[in-house]
Amino acid sequence: MTGRRVSTGGLIDRERSLEFSWNGERLEGFGGDTLASALLANGKSVVGRSFKYHRPRGVMSAGVEESGALVTLGRAEWSDANVRATTQELYDGLVAKGQNAWPSVEFDLGSVNNLFGRFLAAGFYYKTFMGIPPLEWGTGTGAWMWYEKFIRKAAGMGRASRLPDPDKYEHAHDYCDVLVVGSGPAGEAAAIAAADKGLDVVLVEQDSMLGGDNLVVDTSQSPVSRLAHLESQGIRVMTRTTAFGIYDNLVVGLLERISDHLTDPPTYLPRQRFWTLRPRFIVLATGAIERHLAFGNNDRPGVMTAMAGRAYLNRFGVLVGDKVVVATTNDSAYEVAVDLHHAGAVVSLLDARAQVSSILTDVVQSIGIDLHLASAPLDIKGRRAVRRLLIAKSDGSSWRQAFSKECDSVLVSGGWSPVINLLSHRGVRPIWHRDNACFLAGPTDEFITVAGAAAGIWTKAGCIKSGENAGNIASSAINEKSLYKLSPTSIENSSWSNPIMPLYEIRESNKKLKSFVDFQHDVSAEDVRLAHREGYISVEHLKRYTTLGMATDGGKMGNVIGLALMAEAAGKEIPDIGATVFRPPYTPVSIGALSGRSTGKYFRPLRRTSLHNWNIAHGAVMVETGLWQRPWYYPQPGETLSEAYVREAETTRHSVGLCDVTSLGKISVQGPDASEFLNRIYTNPFAKLPIGKARYGIMLRDDGVVMDDGTTWRLTETDYFMTTTTAHAAQVMAWLEELLQTRWSDLRVHVTSVSDAWAGIAVAGPQSRAVLESNVDNTEDISNENFPFMGVREILLKDGTQCRIARISFSGELAYEVYVPADFGPHVMEKLWTTAKNFGGCLYGLEALGTLRIEKGHVTGAELDGRVTLEDAALGKMASPNKSFIGSTLSRRSELLREDRPQLVGIFPKDRMATFNAGSILKGATSVVECGDGWITAVTHSPELGHWIGIGFISGGRRAWLDKQVFSSDPVRNMDVEVEIVSPHMVDPDGVRLHG
Amino acid sequence: MIRINCPFCGFRDHSEFTYGGDASIVFPDLDASSEAWIDAVFHRDNIDGVQRETWHHVHGCRMWVVVTRDTVTHEISAVEPAHQGIKLVLEAMTGLSSSDEDQQP
Repeated sequence: MTGRRVSTGGLIDRERSLEFSWNGERLEGFGGDTLASALLANGKSVVGRSFKYHRPRGVMSAGVEESGALVTLGRAEWSDANVRATTQELYDGLVAKGQNAWPSVEFDLGSVNNLFGRFLAAGFYYKTFMGIPPLEWGTGTGAWMWYEKFIRKAAGMGRASRLPDPDKYEHAHDYCDVLVVGSGPAGEAAAIAAADKGLDVVLVEQDSMLGGDNLVVDTSQSPVSRLAHLESQGIRVMTRTTAFGIYDNLVVGLLERISDHLTDPPTYLPRQRFWTLRPRFIVLATGAIERHLAFGNNDRPGVMTAMAGRAYLNRFGVLVGDKVVVATTNDSAYEVAVDLHHAGAVVSLLDARAQVSSILTDVVQSIGIDLHLASAPLDIKGRRAVRRLLIAKSDGSSWRQAFSKECDSVLVSGGWSPVINLLSHRGVRPIWHRDNACFLAGPTDEFITVAGAAAGIWTKAGCIKSGENAGNIASSAINEKSLYKLSPTSIENSSWSNPIMPLYEIRESNKKLKSFVDFQHDVSAEDVRLAHREGYISVEHLKRYTTLGMATDGGKMGNVIGLALMAEAAGKEIPDIGATVFRPPYTPVSIGALSGRSTGKYFRPLRRTSLHNWNIAHGAVMVETGLWQRPWYYPQPGETLSEAYVREAETTRHSVGLCDVTSLGKISVQGPDASEFLNRIYTNPFAKLPIGKARYGIMLRDDGVVMDDGTTWRLTETDYFMTTTTAHAAQVMAWLEELLQTRWSDLRVHVTSVSDAWAGIAVAGPQSRAVLESNVDNTEDISNENFPFMGVREILLKDGTQCRIARISFSGELAYEVYVPADFGPHVMEKLWTTAKNFGGCLYGLEALGTLRIEKGHVTGAELDGRVTLEDAALGKMASPNKSFIGSTLSRRSELLREDRPQLVGIFPKDRMATFNAGSILKGATSVVECGDGWITAVTHSPELGHWIGIGFISGGRRAWLDKQVFSSDPVRNMDVEVEIVSPHMVDPDGVRLHG
Repeated sequence: MIRINCPFCGFRDHSEFTYGGDASIVFPDLDASSEAWIDAVFHRDNIDGVQRETWHHVHGCRMWVVVTRDTVTHEISAVEPAHQGIKLVLEAMTGLSSSDEDQQP
């Protein structure tokens, strides 16, 4: 095939010449071209290589179903693989290249695979490399692992750039009354009919131009005037927009391509926009896709659908060949033959049907088109282009090679498949329509209807009529809220004058041809029969075994042929074989569009405390904990992390340290029944907590496992201030709301998240009281007598700032937590730090906080991992024996009370100079058996003890391992260290310092 | 995307909500037997059809609602406040129970 531009006609702008690059060659096209039409106009016929056999492939269609002209667009980080050249609009400076070929698509060394085709048949990978059960059960995968990378290199399509996507994408939301998908005769009529009824209509068209079939069949009205007309009716028109999926409750996903057709898009424009549209009614006027036929070498460059040949001529002014054979099973290709004949091609028409009315045959024969009835294409000669077509004649029951014709292109019409993919997304099963040899939408009571060719209506007048009907149906369904049901409606004069011949494959009996069914995945008719012989009865299994319909076109061209061949092999009818389900998206959607702006930090936003800038200004190195940025350590000049945290922990134990604890969750619990509520959710008693006191509490889940811990402070009779761990703040809040609303509606309690309202500063260490004293007028307020351990006070600082302070301690030292309204955080921190410096104090970060709490054996999220009970965490005495609470019943299940459960312990290295790792396994034997005997959750160097320590869990707890050898085993880093199991309370076990 | 007609906010995408669980469960008293609690916490029917379930409008009004949903079609026939007192107040204000309302978006 050598395509060429004809001198007049088409919807292209011959005044606007566009330069583009194809495999490094500079070519020219016109405004309004697609990449495919421009390549054809330049005589480029081989534009791709197939997936497995590297067979040369050309342009096969003029639309989204394209399975041959898949190219890579752009360079470097902008490169986009598997772009359909048939839908890519040409722009000045476009760069495209062929893919899956080396050195080029014209001459590809990978095509040696074609010689080994018989070894690459259906199920090749499974049979060869996965092992044949039962003899090689499990052993074959080793070979697969070895060969996989070579096979993956040889088979495949385009390659991703592996670089971050430089483009921007947007998400948008909208509503409307009626969504019309498709702007062909039916869609246009439906939109206008619905708008006439006063409805808010959105019309989406995947093409850059409005008109659908009109762009090929009737170019008398320009797409621009169509747009003006529709918009004058108040219809919202979106071109370059694909409705790629319909989801529950009529939510529709749209992909709008904003700048994929622009040479140098303005930077403010996103590349694509992902719309979530919520219409009240949907009209699918999605048209139909012309089917191919299976015959020998039907994938050669130069073979395409008949409608595509007509589209390239009438829309793009490109004649695809000079000697053309049109092969059809139905009436639709007759007009194709006529149009190509008038454009100057020598046209032969093969009609597989033996009898066609003379009205039709006269049209072609009167202008000198060579017509052969009962004739169909059998095999193609020529490798990289069509040279000759072998033609078969039917005697009514079988095909036999009869004659041949020299030609450069073959245009095929094997019938039409209505695009009902979007209904399939809603679980609507297609129904086989025997007269039209196609699947039509089955019944549904969702507010969706189908119009035009998508409903199996083949005439333009019929399509317009069905579109008008659809618009009226939409109106009555919405306005009368009537119970609606989609069922086939009969439209007069909607079909061809001669019935279609249900033909899918042409072959002579007992002769094998290379006839492709799914071009993109190189699935041949023989593969389908092979799968059947090997026992694949279900169509879903056939699909997975042969990969039929699993390429990027989603089976748009090949599925029906595959089903028909499967039915034939099984001796059944197509409806008895069943149909595979189409899943979203209808056409590929880039990952970038799915994520929109939610990338990087926008996907996972940072949470900063109000002290963030203050911390940074004072030298903090920050660390991410969940979404939070928290100070990790505050290094002095030249200090490493290990040096800094040891100094910070030591300073805190011996004088005073300040730490930003703002990220802790904070919940205000208020109401007359607040005490009762807390008493039910905490394991320990809260009913009689005095005003002005705090209490450490633990919550369990319903199943008796620990959920979270924290302190809760009683401010007044009915007002409590609860703190949670940073990690579980949101979960605890949702849990309290669930309990109050779904279980205990009778409790008069209100909970409010106040996490962001308060800044929190821990002031810890023997000098902490002195630091506070220096900042208040009345130091008596701070005295041990007036402000004892677990006390809570509202206190005015010297400058009048009101603070809420509790004397509570995570570090095990005399300590306070100071809360102020978030905006006052930096101010109060500055005040406290100015004083703390005078006492030789320090700022400490998360690492030192960890050291202090590990020394004390205090648990955090690392220990409370959702599998741990109170007893496991050495907190058994936190469970009140005198009341029932959430989880109390199920926490007493026998399995949870077993003595050999892993229990919290402290860990010392036997050789005090040795170090060991968190995440290590604890084991008694010399080698790890199964999961070992326990695990280590956290380690640190303890400045207080002068060596490394850890906490973790070991089967049976400390008592079970007295006088036994235990190793910390780290198989990944190959490190075995002998350890000693000790009490988790490693520093100041009696809590003397707390009360000082 | 399932759309839930929140009694307080109107129709909202399900991505604003989190799923709770089976709303037909009546949780036993805290001091009830182990058997009663095991039944409430672990035993669930795998319903093929209409079920009542709790959802939390976590990115909205933060109210828990009881949704009556067909697990096969996702059709939602009623959405009510989970809190019994609030439900009664709402019904008194609107003069009808929320299950009577038109559910079509």
